[in-house]
Amino acid sequence: MSLRLEHVTYTYNPGTVYEMHALKDVSLDIPDGQFAGIIGHTGSGKSTLIQHFNGLMKPTAGTVYFQDEDIWQEGYSLKRLRSQVGLVFQYPEHQLFEADVLSDVCFGPKNQGLSKEEAELRAVQALRQAGLKEKYYRSSPFELSGGQKRRVAIAGVLAMEPKVLILDEPTAGLDPKGRDEILDQIAFLHEERKITVILVSHSMEDIARYVERILVMNKGEKAFDGVPREVFSHYKELERMGLAAPQITYIMHELKAKGLLADTSAITVDEAKKSILEALEKRKV
Amino acid sequence: MIRDITIGQYYPADSILHRLDPRVKFIGTFLFLVSLFVADSFWGYLLATCFLAGIIALSKVPVKFMLKGLKPLFILLLITVIFNLFLIPGTVVWELGFLKITQEGITQAVKIGIRLVYLVIGSSVMTLTTTPNQLTDGLERIMKPLNKIKVPVHEISMMMSIALRFIPILMEETDKIMKAQMARGADFESGNLIQKAKSLIPLLVPLFISAFRRADDLAMAMEARCYHGGENRTQMKPLVYQGHDYGAYGVTLVYLAAEIVIRTVM
Amino acid sequence: MGIIKARKLKYDYIKYDENGQQQDCYTAVDQVDLDVSQGQFIAILGHNGSGKSTLAKHMNALLIPTEGSIWVDGRDTAAEPELWKIRQKAGMVFQNPDNQIIGTVVEEDVGFGPENMGVPTDAIWERVNKSLEAVGMTAYRHRSPNKLSGGQKQRVAIAGVMAMQPKCIILDEPTAMLDPNGRKEVLKAVHELNEKEGITVILITHYMEEVIDADRVFVMDQGHVVMQGTPREIFSKVEELKSYRLDVPQVTLLAWELKQAGVDLPDGILTTKELVNALCH
Repeated sequence: MSLRLEHVTYTYNPGTVYEMHALKDVSLDIPDGQFAGIIGHTGSGKSTLIQHFNGLMKPTAGTVYFQDEDIWQEGYSLKRLRSQVGLVFQYPEHQLFEADVLSDVCFGPKNQGLSKEEAELRAVQALRQAGLKEKYYRSSPFELSGGQKRRVAIAGVLAMEPKVLILDEPTAGLDPKGRDEILDQIAFLHEERKITVILVSHSMEDIARYVERILVMNKGEKAFDGVPREVFSHYKELERMGLAAPQITYIMHELKAKGLLADTSAITVDEAKKSILEALEKRKV
Repeated sequence: MIRDITIGQYYPADSILHRLDPRVKFIGTFLFLVSLFVADSFWGYLLATCFLAGIIALSKVPVKFMLKGLKPLFILLLITVIFNLFLIPGTVVWELGFLKITQEGITQAVKIGIRLVYLVIGSSVMTLTTTPNQLTDGLERIMKPLNKIKVPVHEISMMMSIALRFIPILMEETDKIMKAQMARGADFESGNLIQKAKSLIPLLVPLFISAFRRADDLAMAMEARCYHGGENRTQMKPLVYQGHDYGAYGVTLVYLAAEIVIRTVM
Repeated sequence: MGIIKARKLKYDYIKYDENGQQQDCYTAVDQVDLDVSQGQFIAILGHNGSGKSTLAKHMNALLIPTEGSIWVDGRDTAAEPELWKIRQKAGMVFQNPDNQIIGTVVEEDVGFGPENMGVPTDAIWERVNKSLEAVGMTAYRHRSPNKLSGGQKQRVAIAGVMAMQPKCIILDEPTAMLDPNGRKEVLKAVHELNEKEGITVILITHYMEEVIDADRVFVMDQGHVVMQGTPREIFSKVEELKSYRLDVPQVTLLAWELKQAGVDLPDGILTTKELVNALCH
């Protein structure tokens, strides 16, 4: 019961002609240690949703709980919440500002009230977790490559040692190898430190490969919520929402239509390979 | 949302005023301002009131939008009026301690009040009926003679229109960076002035870097689209005076002449 | 001669210290030969930092080679005094949609290029109308670019280049910042320009799905062109692509993995249909 939303509604410009419902009666809970994915096309409300998780946005109606405490109750420290629910925005490298990498990563821990030494200790650890080589720790973040900057920015949030890590499109603009490296690193952190990870992505292939649960947002509402193979089996509905399933799902369904396979549940290349090989084996017999 | 804030305060409508050449509106507004200082009598102000009312009616912009422009200037207006009211010497009509109100003071305060209000409303009519783009275009054309004394008129107007395009983008970016830093525990609200100023560094540094990056990208994009200064450049929407533009000039000049006549006769 | 030809093209980024002394030198593009003929759809693949953007900027004379030469529509970019004449032949669309739109109204932005070229007013309007039509943005012509989606902004940028009536259009990662729907929109517009208007397209990307329909693919790594061929030829070399920090579309990868496992399949399968047909026979 680490993060829970109950009937959360968020309305932009309420009561004016520009009134717009970004979230409509959304209820969900994300238990400790889960690796969840959020999908939805641009404007579906997913950015608004994740900003409710760490109290950057206040619901117009409904309640947000973190560890069973209402985060908007009198006297609740949002600052403490934000250090426990880390949020990495899209293109996070755009928020770097310090003269060297280490100081930038120290910004979060220092805001938590840690001493310089403690903060640096945390920073070094976070940079290691984010997979940045030690030789860059003292260089200016602006001299690094795009992928390296991204790691510094992610480390900036990790250094606060959050219990929940939310990442909005952490791989946008990276090349395939950079994308895999970052996602593998995040998956490793999830395994190793048992933190809850919430991944927002446009790439169904990435979602299929890493998450154990998918939340689909559409027009401010929760459209689907379930394990990936279950959610992707609704691929026709997903398409109507401007989304898609991984390419593998389509292959599996076409193969079924041609009578080669019975089971269309595979969503990754490895799973598909296994079930096709099995089916071919059966056909021979 | 922050994107919906319109820069300037253009009010879209289809009126004769909206269709006028921006140069006419610029010069017309200027002439109207001059007329306010020419007018000095009851009849002069009456004429100015009629003229302004006529323009507002023609603009099809609701009056409340015009009055909105007065709001931020209210304090300034009040101070000016009060100063005039109490500080002009002359025949005393009311006295309390060292505060004196004179006949001349009242007249002066009323005049100044009317002038300021009309001045603001007059310029609002221009900004409400002209898109920021037309404004820069008009300004460029009006200032063109300055080119001869080496004022980079084209460049100035290009800068203005680029600023207009990027202000909303940078505002949105500010919002985004602010949230990102808040997610890292930054606090932009509490603390004394020095602490507050210091807390802005994590916001301003990324913002400046982003602005420079955008400027760099934009310069390259402009070059790639054959931009090479104002030389030999043609215009997609050149400003050409139409019949109604000359008509508008005529009306404004007649009005100004009438004000002058009233002033000299009275 | 083709529309773009490069011979032994080399470009060094040189970093100077405070005293103006050369401090550091980094070769971004090295010994590149390239021939593109009119009307082709070319894709250039490469990971971030492979030199593909640097190469692209040479095709429109935004960069001039340190060594070697590049000819655009027969003009040597190093020998041309008026670079904008080259730029009107080879238009360029950049990655960030926000940083390349100059006008505050869509149609005015599209007219920006022709204005710079000194095209007469009537002709500008004609070009603007035609270009907006070609990318399907006519309905948005009076809008502010700030209120468009990423895909729409990129289509406006493409229209802006089209209005210059170039022979060739270079797109430098035009879809990197877009969502999947925006990417589809932009690719569709680009393919239409290539097919209907016969404009040469050079698409720089690291999304593998986008190059499947290209006539020819170049793969860059460390400033060199390391692979070239049709998409099928390129995608049949899965392992080599991986060594250049790239990958292949999932269907190609699946087909390759199945083949490794002993299934009889042809090389370089590119689409779902191909795979399904091959498996079901």
